[in-house]
Amino acid sequence: MATASVADAPMTPPPVVEAPREGVSTWPMVDRLFYWLCWVTGIGLCLIAVAIVLLMLVKGIAYLKPSLFIEHPAPSLRQDQAGGFLDPLIGTLIVTTIAIGIAAPLGVAIAAWLSEYGRPAGLARAVESSVETIAGVPSIVLAIFGLIVFSQSFLGFLSQRASNGTVTAQSFLVAGAILALLALPLVVGATREALAQLPGRMREASLALGKSRITTLRCVLLPAIRPGIASGVVLGMGRIIGDTAIIVVLLGSTLRNEPVGGVPLLKTLRGTGSTLTSYVYGDSPAGEGNAPQKAYAAAFVLLMIVLLLNALVTRLTSPAQIGPVRRFGHRAWAMVRG
Amino acid sequence: MTGDTLPPPVRRIATDREPTVVEGSRNGGADGPGAGLGGRAAVTRREPATVVRERMRAESLWLAYGENWVVRDVTLPVRQGEVLALIGASGSGKTTLLRSLNRLTEVTEGAARSGRITLDDQEIYELDVNDLRRRVSMVFQQPNPFPMTIFDNVAYALSEQRPPRGRRRRRTDEIERAVTDALKRAGLYDEVAGDLDRPALKLSGGQQQRLCIARALAANPEVLLLDEPCSALDPISTATIEDLIVSLRESVAIVIVTHNLQQAFRVADHVAFMHLGDLVEYGPREQVFGRPTHGRTRDYISGAFG
Repeated sequence: MATASVADAPMTPPPVVEAPREGVSTWPMVDRLFYWLCWVTGIGLCLIAVAIVLLMLVKGIAYLKPSLFIEHPAPSLRQDQAGGFLDPLIGTLIVTTIAIGIAAPLGVAIAAWLSEYGRPAGLARAVESSVETIAGVPSIVLAIFGLIVFSQSFLGFLSQRASNGTVTAQSFLVAGAILALLALPLVVGATREALAQLPGRMREASLALGKSRITTLRCVLLPAIRPGIASGVVLGMGRIIGDTAIIVVLLGSTLRNEPVGGVPLLKTLRGTGSTLTSYVYGDSPAGEGNAPQKAYAAAFVLLMIVLLLNALVTRLTSPAQIGPVRRFGHRAWAMVRG
Repeated sequence: MTGDTLPPPVRRIATDREPTVVEGSRNGGADGPGAGLGGRAAVTRREPATVVRERMRAESLWLAYGENWVVRDVTLPVRQGEVLALIGASGSGKTTLLRSLNRLTEVTEGAARSGRITLDDQEIYELDVNDLRRRVSMVFQQPNPFPMTIFDNVAYALSEQRPPRGRRRRRTDEIERAVTDALKRAGLYDEVAGDLDRPALKLSGGQQQRLCIARALAANPEVLLLDEPCSALDPISTATIEDLIVSLRESVAIVIVTHNLQQAFRVADHVAFMHLGDLVEYGPREQVFGRPTHGRTRDYISGAFG
C-alpha cells in the first residue's frame, strides 16, 4: 500500500518483461506439418478468392459498356449487334423479388414455430429434417421437381399452355416459387439461431407483464432479432441470384423476357425470360451464344451484385450491431463458405 | 492509501443533503432488535402503512418440479400496505414460491402445484393467466429491459388499450401520460426525462432495474413480486431501489425475495424464513430478526449457515 507522500512522486514502471515465445521448431514433426498445412491452405484460399475477383475485374471491365445495361439482347451472330443484358438484369431482379418474397415470411414463421412452440415434438423434428432435406437437394433436382409440379394442368395459370394443351411450367412465377426453396433453409437457420441466442429472461420479462406468448414473439422477440433475420434474407438472396439450373429449366432462359397474356405485370410474371446467370451460361463457350466478352461483362456484374450482398451481411452482423445476434453472422459465413 | 485519505463510508447518496456518517461503534445491539443489521435501517424506518389489507394468500401450498417437491405446505398472506420478504438459503424454494404467485412456474416443464393460491379470495387458476400476470407483476434478478427505447419498454407493458385496427400503436397523450407516470413512480423519470427515445440497454444497471420496475408498475398491478432485484446492482442503486420499494407498498402489495438479510430488515414489514421448502418462521421483521422462535432462523440470521 502506497502512502500519500509516495503517491505524489512520479511513477515509473519497472522494465517490461517479455513473455517467452514458443518456437514452432521445438514442436513434434506432425504438429509442424499440420501447422504449415493450415497456413498454406488459408493463404491458398485467399489467392483463389483474389484471383476470381481480379480476373473478373480485368476481363469484365474490359468489355463492360454502359450500353450493355440498357440494350435488349438480340439474336445475332455478330457481337456488336447482339445487344446488351437489360432483360437478364431485370429478370434477376424479378425472380429474386418473388423468391425472397415467398421465402422470407415463410422461413421466419417456420423458425418462430420451431423455436418458440415446437409441439408436438415429433412434428417439430419432422419439420426440422424437412428443412434440412430441402437445403441438401441439388438445385437441378428442385428444378425437375418444379417442372413436374407446375406442369399440372390446374396450375396452368402460373405459366402458359402450349397449343396442344400441355402446360410449359416455365415462367417467372414458377422459377421464383422453386428458387424460394433455395433461400428458405438459410432464412430458417438464421432466424432460429438468432432466436436461440436471445436470453430466456427476455421472454420471461414479457410473460410476467401479462403478455401472451404470441404477443411476446411479435412485439419483443422478432424485433430484437431483426439483424439476424436480415442476414438470413440477404444470404438467401445471394443463393437465389447465383442459381442457374432452376433458371434454365423453369424460366426458359429465353433471350428476352417474353410476356404471356394481356394483363399488365402478370403477363411478364407468367412469361419466360432469363437472368444474369443463364445469360452468362448462354453466352459462354458452353452455350449457344458463344459471345465470351458479353459473358465476362455479365459475370462481372453478377459478381459485383453478390459481393455487394455479402458486404451487406457483414454490415448487418458486424460488432456494431447490438444484441446477441451479431455472433450469428460469422457462423452463417462458415455455413455458406464451407 | 490510508483510510483517512478516503471519504468516510456513506449510507446513501443524496445530493441535496450532507453525507451521513456511520459510526464505527454502532454494532452494540443496544438499539433494539436487528440493530446489528444494516445501518440504513434507522434512516429508512418509517411509519406503518395506513391501510393494510390482505390481497393474496397461499394456503397449504406445495410446489414441485418433476418428482421434486421444492415447496412444502406453505401458508402465507400477502398484504397491501406492507412488504413481505422471503429469506432463506439457496434452494429453499423461495423463488419458486414467488414465481408461483403469478403462475410463472408453469413456464418450466414439469412444474406441479397442490394447495390454493388466491388473489382477492379467488383461486388464481380460475383467472386468465395473462390477466393474472398483469395484476401480479414481477421484476427479476437480472435487469431485463427489452432492446427497445425507454419509452417503448414502458408503453409495451401498458394494459392492452388496443390501438385502432390497422394502425400502429401511436403515442397518444394517454399513453404518454401513463409512461411518464410509471417512470416517476419508479423514480427514474428525472434521470431520463430528456431523452425517452434512448435505447434502454444504454442505461446503467441500476437505471435498467428501475426501468423494469417502471415497466412492471405501468399496468397498475395489485401485487409486485421482486426476485432479488438488487443482487446485480451496486450499493447506491440498491439504496435507491430499496427506498422505492418502501414508498410503493402503500399502493401495491410487495413480495421480495432476497439473500441479503440487511436488505430484508431494511425494507420488510413481515419476514418469512424458508428452509428446504418449509416455511420455518413467519412474522413481523422485528420478531424474526430480534426474537426468532426457531433455532434454524436464529442460525441463518446469525450466519451459521446459508
